[in-house]
Amino acid sequence: MRLEPRSGERIDRSKPVSFSFAGWKVAGFEGDTLGSAAFAAGKRVFSRSFKYHRPRGLLCCSGHCPNCLMTVDGVPNVRVCTEPIREGAVVEGQNVRWSLDFDFMSVTDKVGGPFTPVGFYYRTFIRPRRLWPFYEKFLRSAAGLGELDEHAGYSRRYDTEHRKARVLVVGGGPAGRAAALAAAASGDGVVLVDEDASLNGMQLDGVEVLAPARALGIWEGGLVPVDAGTVLYRFRAARIIVATGAIEQPLVFPGNDLIGVMLPGGVRRLVNDFSIKPGNRAIVVAADDEGFEVADDLSEAGVAVPRVIDLRETRPRELVAQGGKGRVRRLVVDGESFDCDLLVASGGRQPAYSLLAQAGARIEFDSELGVFVPTELPSGVEAVGSVTGDGLGKVDPEPAYGGKGKCFVCVCEDVTTKDMKRAIAEGFDSIELAKRYTTTTMGPCQGKLCHLPSIRLYSKETRVYEAAIGTTTARPPWAPVELGLLAGRELTPARRTSMHWSHAEAGATIQWAGPWKRPYAYGEKPEDEVRAVHESLGVIDVSTLGKLFVEGPEAVALLERLYPNRFGDMKSGRIRYGVLTSDAGRIMDDGTIARLADDLYYVTTTSTGADAVTAWFEWWNAVWGYEAEIVNVTGAIAAVNLAGPQSRDALQRLTEADVSAEAFKYLDAQEIDVAGVPTLALRIGFVGELGYELHFPSPAGEYLWGQLVAEGARPFGLEPQRILRLEKGHVIVGQDTDSESNLYSAGMSWLPKLDKDDFVGKYALEHFAEREEKERLVGFTMEEDVLPAEGAQIVVEGFPAGRVTSARRSEAVGSVIGLAWVPTDRAKNGTRVEIRVDRLLRGARVTHGAFFDSAGQRMRS
Amino acid sequence: MSFLLSCPFCGPRPVDEYAYFGEVTKRPGPSPTLRELTDYVYFRDNVAGVQREWWQHRSGCGEWFLAERDTRTNEVLEVILPEPGRNSPA
Repeated sequence: MRLEPRSGERIDRSKPVSFSFAGWKVAGFEGDTLGSAAFAAGKRVFSRSFKYHRPRGLLCCSGHCPNCLMTVDGVPNVRVCTEPIREGAVVEGQNVRWSLDFDFMSVTDKVGGPFTPVGFYYRTFIRPRRLWPFYEKFLRSAAGLGELDEHAGYSRRYDTEHRKARVLVVGGGPAGRAAALAAAASGDGVVLVDEDASLNGMQLDGVEVLAPARALGIWEGGLVPVDAGTVLYRFRAARIIVATGAIEQPLVFPGNDLIGVMLPGGVRRLVNDFSIKPGNRAIVVAADDEGFEVADDLSEAGVAVPRVIDLRETRPRELVAQGGKGRVRRLVVDGESFDCDLLVASGGRQPAYSLLAQAGARIEFDSELGVFVPTELPSGVEAVGSVTGDGLGKVDPEPAYGGKGKCFVCVCEDVTTKDMKRAIAEGFDSIELAKRYTTTTMGPCQGKLCHLPSIRLYSKETRVYEAAIGTTTARPPWAPVELGLLAGRELTPARRTSMHWSHAEAGATIQWAGPWKRPYAYGEKPEDEVRAVHESLGVIDVSTLGKLFVEGPEAVALLERLYPNRFGDMKSGRIRYGVLTSDAGRIMDDGTIARLADDLYYVTTTSTGADAVTAWFEWWNAVWGYEAEIVNVTGAIAAVNLAGPQSRDALQRLTEADVSAEAFKYLDAQEIDVAGVPTLALRIGFVGELGYELHFPSPAGEYLWGQLVAEGARPFGLEPQRILRLEKGHVIVGQDTDSESNLYSAGMSWLPKLDKDDFVGKYALEHFAEREEKERLVGFTMEEDVLPAEGAQIVVEGFPAGRVTSARRSEAVGSVIGLAWVPTDRAKNGTRVEIRVDRLLRGARVTHGAFFDSAGQRMRS
Repeated sequence: MSFLLSCPFCGPRPVDEYAYFGEVTKRPGPSPTLRELTDYVYFRDNVAGVQREWWQHRSGCGEWFLAERDTRTNEVLEVILPEPGRNSPA
């Protein structure tokens, strides 16, 4: 029921807003929250409790307790007491069977008690094990907090924003505002965040106010993530001022979870902010001054307050709230009964120290105040206001009052005093153990309302002082946060070559290849593209290759020391294949090295290795300090491989330079103009046919691609390229090799020059050269026309002894071919091995050398 | 890990802008024994305390540098530009 308009109310009565609440149409005003409007409309049941399905209503009305968790427009676990009202919102109960007002599962409250003692789920439902899936299904639906719609997709878009602040103030109460203003007086860069939506738009001179926004924690380096709904601000602040205040604590007595039992702050918010008369007859029980203040507010709002019980003066033995249909009807104090429909219970206020504890502050029990307070703040973090204990009076209520009925310590998880006592009796006599066993403080409020009451009770039961018990660890996040916000938007950047759209227009099937998007093939049949390369002319976009310039008087010395190969004797205009090894002797990457001038080398790497190789080169050069510069030009330079018997003629038609077999030999590098584009042409043969790798400025990509296609080159994709290279037995580093492979086991013993002074990997390779490798990388030819999967087992005498790394069907060879790691004693040419294909063992012959054109005449022609 | 690390060129930046390359180790001289080689390749001191280690400002200027970091607190005592030729690699 609304009161007459009052000064200071937050609602705008000229702007009605309506929404649906558990199937009922409810009207409120702008400025309301969903919860306050529903309460004003007479709704009292907001949720059903976690375990016993007891009806629950507004308790704290400030976004801390679990009692108003509801599903709003499909988003579960929204605290409707703080969620601003919006037209047409659909608010539904969760964790109920049938309805909020009548929940079938509430039977657990009537009969479940003896059967569901603390920790029952650890002890029961264990045998027989095969019934667990049934138990699990039942338990998951019986307990829990709302449901996610797995098919909802992305209902909102989340973003992360990195921000810096000179001073970040957490909390917009009087102390926080004063601290922010004082900080702003000495310069800008002051930001204040507060959970309360009503602070949105608050004017503070020189202070940026973010509300509603919630600081989730304080990490090292002054990192404070701030939850602002759909944006996560990652704040870095030089000074963090915590002014999170103190949180009202409930009293622990039988019936303390009945609807109508509220904390004073919640009642005052309903009266003062939303002009709601929260009941007709109220009793106040308080362990601090809050009780008197709320009694004044209630009287002013026309609520009868027949009795205010000050627990500092009287210490009742028995304090019981009794009710009917889940709502409070009377309070019984030591046999004396007071009728009421609102019971304001205040157990004092506990500093909200969590953020400070996360930052590294010590938390100690202050026996003067009867609460925990932060001490020894870490540098860069300050605390002001009641979070430090300032302004709090001594509170010392009974840890639990006697009487008949369930007496809740933790309303989130439905943990009663009986559960706690039983846990202690069972030997869980450390607070951290008891916490995990009973799950007290582990619910949605994360201990905000139950941490202090739990420790008070623990102290009494174990006869240990609170100061000696200490606190449980405060961990981020400070309040529940949507996983979507932490995940952010799904942004997967893709690298596309400068010819990408030509491929797309040509109908290529595009696939991911590391960070790149690349054509898999241009038609349904990759083998057609393979045939074109063998018989006439093909062209593939290889712009994804890593490309580095290494330049300087000592460039050659640097490369000599990075690669096992020799480069000093290589003439300008020549190319050499190189493999990078680590000091452990493992294969890291491969590529070609072209010498363009005495002090200039052009290095290519694998498509995925460009960044790692650049970092590797730069790191070693930071170690050695050669006079050489390393420049990664992967993105600046595009590349295509023009391959096939007709490639020389096609290239000759596009250039005035002489590319005849005599003038442009195998493994030559020449700078020529191709169709007017300055190009570095490398005559190499990854796909095994006469071919030229053309490297040229990226912007000319589509143009030159078009020119080559117009000359009759058939585009081919990654899959045809994989078939072609496999026919040559060419290894793909990372596909056929792994972190255990070295040059000897991978069949490249000709490559390392161990007589060189030093190179990365030399010492390991020296040792490898002397030992017998356990396994070797070899080619194989299947006896039948079956295709083994990548990773298929090589089976020797019934045991797995190796694995297939690549396998393809080759038209040119006429059989299925592949590469595999096999035991050294099976690595001889012609040895028969067995490969598991679809559970059957199939025969294959080890095949050394290339499967196709083993003399390499075609690529050298 | 969310501490700030000072790049010698760019100043303090969140640590996730950097690539970590492990503690500085000593590369053995020519023809090491298998034990010396294994020590260098596979074994690390993994100290609980101040350690000298390699970092690269990978998402920034790309510079490689050395940092003295307390592994217990992530406090970075010093960042140093490498003096080529004298450093032992990781």
